Amino acid sequence: MITITINGDTKTLKQPESLATLLISLEIDPKRVAVEHNLEIAPKSTYDVVEIKNGDRLEIVHFIGGGNTK
Amino acid sequence: MSNNKQDSWQLAGETYNSRLIVGTGKYKDFPETAAAIEASGAEIVTVAVRRVNISNPNEPMLMDFVDPKKYTYLPNTAGCFTADDAIRTLRLAREAGGWDLVKLEVLGDQKTLYPNMEETLPAAQTLIKEGFKVMVYCSDDPIAAKRLEDMGCVAIMPLGAPIGSGLGIQNPVQIRLIIEQANVPVLVDAGVGTASDAAVAMELGCDGVLMNTAIADAKNPVLMAGAMRRAVMAGRDAYLAGRMPKKRYADPSSPLSGLI
Repeated sequence: MITITINGDTKTLKQPESLATLLISLEIDPKRVAVEHNLEIAPKSTYDVVEIKNGDRLEIVHFIGGGNTK
Repeated sequence: MSNNKQDSWQLAGETYNSRLIVGTGKYKDFPETAAAIEASGAEIVTVAVRRVNISNPNEPMLMDFVDPKKYTYLPNTAGCFTADDAIRTLRLAREAGGWDLVKLEVLGDQKTLYPNMEETLPAAQTLIKEGFKVMVYCSDDPIAAKRLEDMGCVAIMPLGAPIGSGLGIQNPVQIRLIIEQANVPVLVDAGVGTASDAAVAMELGCDGVLMNTAIADAKNPVLMAGAMRRAVMAGRDAYLAGRMPKKRYADPSSPLSGLI
């Protein structure tokens, strides 16, 4: 078991897996999001090769309505 | 001389006809957001970058209602209080959407949401170095505005009043000073409350106005969006037309000769 942090929440995985696999299991459409992996941008082209390991921190974001503040 | 159809402006090498940029936040729902944007005539819309709701990743998204192929999405850093957070947010925005044109906004405190220039300046520097085209929300200090322009920001966007306050343009003298010295577009960002405020901003000679709350918090946002569209056009035309001088006394507009 490994523990990772996604958008501030902890989550456990059975074993290390690729970012692409993780997004599929979360039912997230990779085309519509951007991912920061341990404070570095993970380009979409690398999702298959980026390995998510114990202790990794991910931010998965998308666009929402916004003006000056919210 | 100009009419509204030909009166376009340039931003980071692109030509736009609408001088109104609108935010996409605070609306009741996505259909209302889309209808208000349509009525505003805006070609550029600001969007925020936020965490995906992991427990419900397939909830409706802004992009389903406001087509990024039809509108220029302008990712912003609303809610960021440090240069680092703003930079991280815009790097993610570029990865998510592929757009270089961004709106940098680093806030100073929760109460005033006033721009923190000490954080904004280095953030702008880093982003420009990384190839971003930075439109920058800033204080109405002409010296800071000049530094941001010299650094390479593509648009200077001073506040007219605090974000979401709807107080109207409180600082026409400073806004005017910034416009006179600038060689890049100057847009009033924040402070507009109603249509006349937008016209005032445009009459000062701004290249455009950015607003969100004035439309979204109106009782009828779609109607207000149309009012803002026309106010921006009217203010722009009044600026181009050149207003009459103010006088201290009356000046009759009917001839005095030939009176009975």
